[in-house]
Amino acid sequence: MTSPNEEEKRPENEKKEKRPKIPRQPMHGQDPAVRIRNFDEVPYGYTDELAKLESSRCIQCKKPFCIEGCPVRIDIPLFIKKIKEGDILEAARVIKRDNCLPAICGRVCPQEDQCEKVCIVGKKEESVAIGRLERYVADYEAKHGRFEMPEMAPKTGRKVAIVGSGPGGLACAGELIKMGHDVTVFEALHKPGGVLVYGIPEFRLPKAIVQREVDYLANLGVKFMMNFVVGKIRTVDELMEKDGYEAIFLANGAGLPIFMNIPGENLNGVYSANEYLTRSNLMKAYKFPDYDTPIKRWKNVAVIGGGNVAMDGVRTARRLGADNAYIIYRRSHNEMPARKEEIEHAEEEGIQFRMLTNPIRILGNKDGWVRGIECIKMELGEPDESGRRRPVPIKGSEFEIEIDAVVMAIGSGSNPLVASTTPDLKVNKWGNIIVDREKTGRTSKKGVFAGGDIVTGAATVILAMGAGRNVAGAINEYLVYKAIGW
Amino acid sequence: MYEIVEKKVWFNEIKEFKIKAPLIAEKQKAGQFVIIRINENGERIPLTIAHKDLDNGTINLLFQEVGKTTMDLGRLNKGDFIMDISGPLGTPTHIERYGIVVCIGGGIGVAPLHPIVRAMKSAGNNVISIIGARTKGILIYEDLMRATSNELLITTDDGSYGRHGFVTDELKNLIDVRKIPINLVVAIGPPIMMKMVCRVTEPYKIKTIVSLNTIMVDGTGMCGACRVSVGGRTRFVCVDGPEFDGHQVDFDEMIQRQRQYLTEEKIAVERCKHK
Ligand SMILES: Cc1cc2nc3c(=O)[nH]c(=O)nc-3n(C[C@H](O)[C@H](O)[C@H](O)COP(=O)(O)OP(=O)(O)OC[C@H]3O[C@@H](n4cnc5c(N)ncnc54)[C@H](O)[C@@H]3O)c2cc1C
Ligand SMILES: Cc1cc2nc3c(=O)[nH]c(=O)nc-3n(C[C@H](O)[C@H](O)[C@H](O)COP(=O)(O)OP(=O)(O)OC[C@H]3O[C@@H](n4cnc5c(N)ncnc54)[C@H](O)[C@@H]3O)c2cc1C
Ligand code: SF4
Ligand code: SF4
Ligand code: FES
Repeated sequence: MTSPNEEEKRPENEKKEKRPKIPRQPMHGQDPAVRIRNFDEVPYGYTDELAKLESSRCIQCKKPFCIEGCPVRIDIPLFIKKIKEGDILEAARVIKRDNCLPAICGRVCPQEDQCEKVCIVGKKEESVAIGRLERYVADYEAKHGRFEMPEMAPKTGRKVAIVGSGPGGLACAGELIKMGHDVTVFEALHKPGGVLVYGIPEFRLPKAIVQREVDYLANLGVKFMMNFVVGKIRTVDELMEKDGYEAIFLANGAGLPIFMNIPGENLNGVYSANEYLTRSNLMKAYKFPDYDTPIKRWKNVAVIGGGNVAMDGVRTARRLGADNAYIIYRRSHNEMPARKEEIEHAEEEGIQFRMLTNPIRILGNKDGWVRGIECIKMELGEPDESGRRRPVPIKGSEFEIEIDAVVMAIGSGSNPLVASTTPDLKVNKWGNIIVDREKTGRTSKKGVFAGGDIVTGAATVILAMGAGRNVAGAINEYLVYKAIGW
Repeated sequence: MYEIVEKKVWFNEIKEFKIKAPLIAEKQKAGQFVIIRINENGERIPLTIAHKDLDNGTINLLFQEVGKTTMDLGRLNKGDFIMDISGPLGTPTHIERYGIVVCIGGGIGVAPLHPIVRAMKSAGNNVISIIGARTKGILIYEDLMRATSNELLITTDDGSYGRHGFVTDELKNLIDVRKIPINLVVAIGPPIMMKMVCRVTEPYKIKTIVSLNTIMVDGTGMCGACRVSVGGRTRFVCVDGPEFDGHQVDFDEMIQRQRQYLTEEKIAVERCKHK
């Protein structure tokens, strides 16, 4: 027997068929035939009407699983409720309590593996499009909102240095400045944003959005020092001893290209994904000769790998004019770590997928340029440590693909520049900085914290951002309350 | 923004800037370079720090106009600004007391060689320098090199000054005729010159350091554009170098890789000329 009282407590998500079925609203975008000729953003984002419609699909769970699925625990039902009520700027405030970069995360978060994966609506039909709604809210705010000075704690006069201006560094800077500290971000490149500006292409994340976030932080008083390679112009020790920084957050990312160590990798026309994407994105080589940095407009390009980086590389190659742009991946379609949306977009754009294929040699012509790639067919064997079935080569199945260029997108390691110039900083065997278990980001060195890809290895924007925020809290406790020490 | 406080035109295409960059000057060691970007649309290019002045917080960059970026650079004047300068980059030259060190500079390679000569000399080495140029008119840094070296030898390809011939001819003379027991050779110049120097020293097993000028983008080990094969291993010139054991360097591969953007470079220069 259920009493009326219990009936009330029952989570709403178990009530059935109360609402008319509304399908998940699509996000319209550029036609594939058009977009492969430009670098403009692919999806247009929701209109007000579509956003409203989509927001009505959320059933406002009393026990919202979606929040559990979000690494920074945004109050998803609340912000969606605000959209439904038409108060978009309030929705933005709700999101910004937990995520300072919503326009970015709404675009690049692997939503289908996080918030949307556990959304209850997704059990019966397609889950609520949380990411698209988040993006809508952030874009609306950018267009209609006014600069709102957040609550700022009184100045403490304590100096904190942040190394790296990727999502980890930016998030940390945003929190620390609000806590009243004197914050300087040191960045090796000439533009702030980390992978958001040098790696992820314009057609997926317009650089103006990143710049807006940086400008916002600068308005709050965060100082940015560009062209500042920590470990070269200043070591971590010098920043502390000479320049008086009391705490340091290392968010220098996973910026070390990995090659396969197969013959032919130094031929002309072989690039790391980092080089290829940096030329195109950071240096705007796709606008050569209006911009000075050159990039080759190859007709036949193979990109090795199956992650987001590989998709970005191959879609860039296509936009630069490749008739044949291949993804060569040693496992099968199902194991590709790239976001589903990116794979779909790539397919629409005519990218050719060569699954269960592994390169063994890059072939060159007599002048030292790539002319082809020799591959071997693979099959899936027993599961390995990661739980994925291990690809094993099929004997005698070697074959060649004719190509002009190869882009290696098989992952990236940790750049040793900072760690190797900081003697008492402990790293693991992959060069990742070791931090303590309590999520404070404390390293082995007093006053030095770390987070983001340099700690976890190449991961995601939202995780780096979350780490940056957590560490900001820890740094504050270390500096002000002395609650954290060494 | 970095201000050009002095400009010297050595010859038509060879210019030297003194630039305000106190933090970089403070850290610079022999053998290190910077990466500059002139303006918003600019390319990132590496240039060696030829000289520094700690009191005034300046660094000197000497460059030869060979393409779009260096031509744009040459058009700047005293009082103009360079948008971005990152550095000092690269691993400094390993300086110790070797004994007799021969420092060889070809063309504008003499400029980056100069701080190394100074450092070698201060470390107590006996430094014999050989500098070479196509012709007398384009020889740079002669006085500076004479002042810092124990002995200075000069060659020109056309015989207009010094010995008629190549720097390698002077080097062979030191080894074969003067029988000088050389402990170390440092060579900086066009790749073909460095390759030839290595060919001379290899049979005598004289350790030879060369400074490589591969194409670079970030200069921090992030992109791999600058990679070369050294002793069969792939190394990154911007962080592992720019100096390497010349006998281990695959010069042919390096020269090939330097030519990757010839077509694009031509387009850029054409546009630049019409500005
Ligand atoms: C091509 C590409 C596509 C991606 N796509 C996605 C995606 O769709 N979704 C997603 O969630 N994630 C994606 N990622 C991963 C995501 O971008 C990263 O996980 C995230 O950017 C890590 O943030 P971070 O702050 O730790 O470091 P980074 O973003 O790597 O920033 C580190 C910064 O530190 C600077 N730095 C390094 N060394 C020094 C030094 N010595 N001194 C000063 N500064 C230094 C670097 O120049 C850089 O700017 C992608 C990554 C790549 C490369
Ligand atoms: C460590 C290092 C130190 C150097 N020091 C000096 C110096 O002190 N003075 C000097 O005059 N030159 C120096 N160079 C060479 C200088 O960087 C090139 O001459 C310059 O990049 C040419 O650019 P450009 O646009 O004018 O010419 P381009 O027409 O673009 O190129 C001419 C040639 O320069 C090389 N080059 C082109 N782009 C790059 C790039 N991004 N990075 C490196 N090389 C490139 C290529 O081999 C090319 O064929 C150095 C190079 C390196 C790697
Ligand atoms: S930040 Fe990412 S995981 Fe969190 S709600 Fe937004 S899209 Fe979902
Ligand atoms: S987004 Fe999904 S899980 Fe979250 S409250 Fe709405 S319906 Fe429930
Ligand atoms: S220039 Fe990018 S790794 Fe050396």
